Amino acid sequence: MAQARLAADIGGTFTDIAVTYRGELYTCKVPTTPHAPEEGVFRGVRQAMEKTGLGPADFALIVHGTTLATNALIERKGAKTAMLVTDGFRDAIEMAYENRFEQYDIFLNKPLPLVPREFRFGVTERVDARGNVLIPFVEESLDGVLQALRDNDIESVAVGLMHSYAAPDHERQLAEILTRELPGVLVSLSSEVSPEIREYERWSTTAANAYVQPLMSNYLGRLSDELGRMGFTCPLNLMTSGGGLTSLETARRFPIRLVESGPAGGAILAARLAQECGLDRVLSFDMGGTTAKICLIDDGEPQHSRSFEVARQYRFLKGSGLPLRIPVIEMVEIGAGGGSIARVDALSRIHVGPESAGAAPGPACYGKGGTAPTITDANVRLGRIDPAAFAGGTITLDAGLSATAIDTSVGAALSLSTTDAAFGIVEVVEENMANAARVHAVERGKEVRGRTMVAFGGAAPLHAARLARKLEIEEVILPVAAGVGSAVGFLQAPVAYEVVRSRYALLDDSFDPDGLNALFREMRTEAEEIVAAAAPGAVLVEKRTADMRYRGQGHEITVDLPAGPYDRSLRDTLGEAFNQAYAETYSRRIPGLDVEAMNWTLRLSAEIEAPAPCPPDPAAVARDPSGMRDMFDPDTGVFSSVPVYQRSALAPGAVIGGPAIIAEDETTTIVLAGFTARINALGYIVLKWEA
Amino acid sequence: MTGPSNDALSAIRLQIMWDRLIALVEEQALTLIRTGFSTSTREAGDLSAGIFDISGDMLAQAVTGTPGHVNSMARSVGHFLDRFPVDEMSDGDIFLTNDPWKGTGHLHDFTFLTPCFRDGRAVALFASTCHVVDIGGRGMTSDGRTIYEEGLYIPPMRFAHAGRTDQTLIDIVTANVREPVQVIGDLHSLATCNDLACRRLREMMDEFAIADLDRIAGHILDRSKAAALDAIRKLPEGVYRHEMRIDGLESPVDLVAEMTIGADGIDVDFTGSSGISSYGINVPLCYTEAYATFGVKCIVAPDVPNNAGSLATIRITAPKGSILNAEHPAPVSVRHVTGQMLPDVVFGCLHKALGNAVPAEGTSCLWNLYAYGGPGRVEASPRELADAATFTVLSFHSGGTGARPGMDGLSATAFPSGVKNVPVEVTEAISPLVVWRKEYRQDSGGAGTYRGGLGQVMELSLLEDAPFAFSALFDRIDYPPRGRDSGSDGAGGTIRLASGARLNGKGTQTIPSGERVVIEMPGGGGLGAATQRDPASVAADLRAGLVSAAAGRAIYGVVLNADGDVDEAATDALRSDK
Repeated sequence: MAQARLAADIGGTFTDIAVTYRGELYTCKVPTTPHAPEEGVFRGVRQAMEKTGLGPADFALIVHGTTLATNALIERKGAKTAMLVTDGFRDAIEMAYENRFEQYDIFLNKPLPLVPREFRFGVTERVDARGNVLIPFVEESLDGVLQALRDNDIESVAVGLMHSYAAPDHERQLAEILTRELPGVLVSLSSEVSPEIREYERWSTTAANAYVQPLMSNYLGRLSDELGRMGFTCPLNLMTSGGGLTSLETARRFPIRLVESGPAGGAILAARLAQECGLDRVLSFDMGGTTAKICLIDDGEPQHSRSFEVARQYRFLKGSGLPLRIPVIEMVEIGAGGGSIARVDALSRIHVGPESAGAAPGPACYGKGGTAPTITDANVRLGRIDPAAFAGGTITLDAGLSATAIDTSVGAALSLSTTDAAFGIVEVVEENMANAARVHAVERGKEVRGRTMVAFGGAAPLHAARLARKLEIEEVILPVAAGVGSAVGFLQAPVAYEVVRSRYALLDDSFDPDGLNALFREMRTEAEEIVAAAAPGAVLVEKRTADMRYRGQGHEITVDLPAGPYDRSLRDTLGEAFNQAYAETYSRRIPGLDVEAMNWTLRLSAEIEAPAPCPPDPAAVARDPSGMRDMFDPDTGVFSSVPVYQRSALAPGAVIGGPAIIAEDETTTIVLAGFTARINALGYIVLKWEA
Repeated sequence: MTGPSNDALSAIRLQIMWDRLIALVEEQALTLIRTGFSTSTREAGDLSAGIFDISGDMLAQAVTGTPGHVNSMARSVGHFLDRFPVDEMSDGDIFLTNDPWKGTGHLHDFTFLTPCFRDGRAVALFASTCHVVDIGGRGMTSDGRTIYEEGLYIPPMRFAHAGRTDQTLIDIVTANVREPVQVIGDLHSLATCNDLACRRLREMMDEFAIADLDRIAGHILDRSKAAALDAIRKLPEGVYRHEMRIDGLESPVDLVAEMTIGADGIDVDFTGSSGISSYGINVPLCYTEAYATFGVKCIVAPDVPNNAGSLATIRITAPKGSILNAEHPAPVSVRHVTGQMLPDVVFGCLHKALGNAVPAEGTSCLWNLYAYGGPGRVEASPRELADAATFTVLSFHSGGTGARPGMDGLSATAFPSGVKNVPVEVTEAISPLVVWRKEYRQDSGGAGTYRGGLGQVMELSLLEDAPFAFSALFDRIDYPPRGRDSGSDGAGGTIRLASGARLNGKGTQTIPSGERVVIEMPGGGGLGAATQRDPASVAADLRAGLVSAAAGRAIYGVVLNADGDVDEAATDALRSDK
């Protein structure tokens, strides 16, 4: 019987492959092929089959995640898209919030909408906030519009009507006409893509879905066809930004839900590890080539939200991208990765990122023409990275080029030696990440101190120990195959789908439990159809939440709901649940204020087995280092010769005192002085602060 | 290899501590935003947070949505210290005030000051400011004739004494405001965010093993002052004068500035500006200082963080009794309508100093939708209002900004304020209002080589059969934003009933049952001659409908062919005639 599962995660530089078969994990990295991303996947799949000896018939599931949709949005390489909106609102997606995201820069420009004004058209109709029709849909108002869509070879149309989350009929009528009159043109309805109140966000999401849909639909079709030709008969599921898997069909309808799949895979990996190791408060730290992602995981579950911003175009600043209301795993992303570039400002302060040297030209030490100093260059200088053994020895780094770049861009400006400047660069980026983690936590009413850090991604193990010190974290776990963490996470994700509806409800005498029951029945039907298609016969787990706030506030907090059906007592249950959640987030409750609910969500997932608990550590085994290297100590400020261990040679039970270096092909783990590293029964490195 | 010198390590540590202080005040501000009740706190970022050394010098201030608190909150700390010296403070003391002259310009803003103690010694001060939803009196309108009509006034005093909150004060506030739960909630938020920041500071001092902030404070202030002065010394020294006339309320208001750029900083004096108004559009000096400083910083040193060192290089003065230095008991409730104009005035001076480096004038003051209805809230007979729903709606909206050197202005975007709007769907969900139209206003952007940003048109009415109150606080109706260097003025704003009657730009007015209000917001001024504009840019504006075909031809001298591309022959012919 087919039992193997394969995950393919396409990133900017590498496509990561992970295969599990009878409890064994195999991983590899192949270069991403931007012109036709599926080619990299096929190459990786073939390589995995060769190495494992498995054939297509051995696979029960293929899971795929890709940055293709994200890249199309960043590079503005999507379809020629038009948008139909309620007459009088054609500028909503361009006016956005009517604000500037950076206060002092009078020269900033706002992100251009995905649909230019000449392709945005008004349609005569109007519905009010309660769903009552104020102006019926006038089909004739489309007369000139259809012709304009044809004349301009529009490939995809987004439809966004006012209050369509409450009354989708007009959008559906429009869809029927568009499908009939413009065969071959794809149509995205805001009432289906993102049925939530707040027209700008809903329409921005819908426009983005329409914009990437032709590209993604073609790509997924090609991928699926070719896998079929290779002999695979198992289902192909797609990883979504919300951390659940979905079917090919759903992915083609709502490709916008695929944008942040890589980071979501990483969060799933960390969550499974938390369950495995029995950790109730975890901070996951995923650092790659261009960004770092930090996510808080309580009781084995990452937090979910529906607020994401894609394609930030201005120093990675909040507000400089396009908002998407899609289910996402809540995390903070910082423009800090191995390729992030360091510079000095007018106040003689070091800044690192978000500009990145990327894969080409890459850090100065790659010798591919990069002259700007990056985090990787600083790590080379400080002895954290062995220039001779980078990426398993496949790339030889030039430490001299690192030094020149650091001197030129940072050292000279600050009159610092190369080493001091390198230390400054690394210290600044670690401080940035620590600050971002603290702010992220405070926004959610949480603390980072005392958590266990789970670190993965190519650059995280280099910085995890120091970051942990800054955050007062005393335990860091580095899983196996930390360099391809997202792909491994894909294999652990459940099939899941989240449905949202906006329906305003004030928790007073007008509260209507029957209406709510009907709403949830409808949501369940919608979700069940999608989940059952990707996981036939699975046991389904349902989770309901409501977005609530005190009347008059502008931000909602998400509150878990009990299972339905509901009666009038729900009003009080909800009120109490909200007050409790509010108190947990803000350390106080406000008696005497009315509570209102804006949105309702239902997340349906196929049950998956909880991971087996991590067995106790075997007895300690002493190991000899494979060599020694000079490494800089950030606390004392001096270099010392430290032992280097090969991770592949360390068996469970091995204990290493810091300072030390644990090297592997995909990354290097720095064990700072004061930490002890232990290999646990599952082969994970566990760093403990002992000082 | 040898290790780094102590000096080098210490320089890096100082930067890390500085970064940490900046992150710490951001965290302080975020705590406040997340828990704030008033629309302007959470959507407009109408709040502030900062850390001060024990002599009252500001070390770091969070970058939030409104420039109105730049330096004004910092000044308030000095006022607190005059009244309550640090050595008389105890751990657990919290101070507050909403004094418009000692705080941030009107009674709606509360400033809290908390001394931060470590090992029994005050090591720093934390201040925060936020806008509360109500303060009694007439509310946020221009209608008051003295400060006494504008609400409850609380001079600098203790909110908590050694950890015990003053219940008498809470009772007085509760009895005097319309939404006591929310207002008291906000006061507690202010106390909480200072407290959190203090905790973080103690952790930082533990981590870096420092007993006081003297060294880091000196480092921050010296570096910042030097960076600000470096930037100022690149400007041509001299005295530059500029005037701007705006609508005002009962009569037009002249804003006159004289800027002196010298080696030790920039001085801006507003002598010559109009005297005070009889209504609440007057500006206390602290608020004048905030917006004028902001305008200077945008052009001169946008990247230098705000603190006592950098801000000391920009000095603002205005004669007592002028509209920009209104004294007690002048009404000041809506001082932002006038204050938000000041960056444009400062830009005018800088234009004379620098030439083509500053934007043309923009709408500058917000064009907010502020409406309310229901029994007892609208000037109409109780019978007419008997069945009317009670509601209040406040959403921030904006006209166009001025064209910028090398780029067009921003359409329907707030500047200098940093506010965000409220979605139309949300406004409609919480009130019986319907917004029928909200889109760009064609041809409103001032023509120029670089075009001013467009204003927008909003049209709204009440779904139910009742009158409602509309509170206007608009400017740039009679005196539109001016273009620069041969650029055209932006279109002035208008406000009227759909049936034709003109409404006042300022003051609360009653909208009769069944009427629609039409608001046309100003466009920004243009920069440079319109006939110098790249024909391809004009063509793009024409295709997008931002500029009408008639204006394209008459003002820009550009004609398109049937494909929507520039008809070069016709365009050349037209332009050579101009």
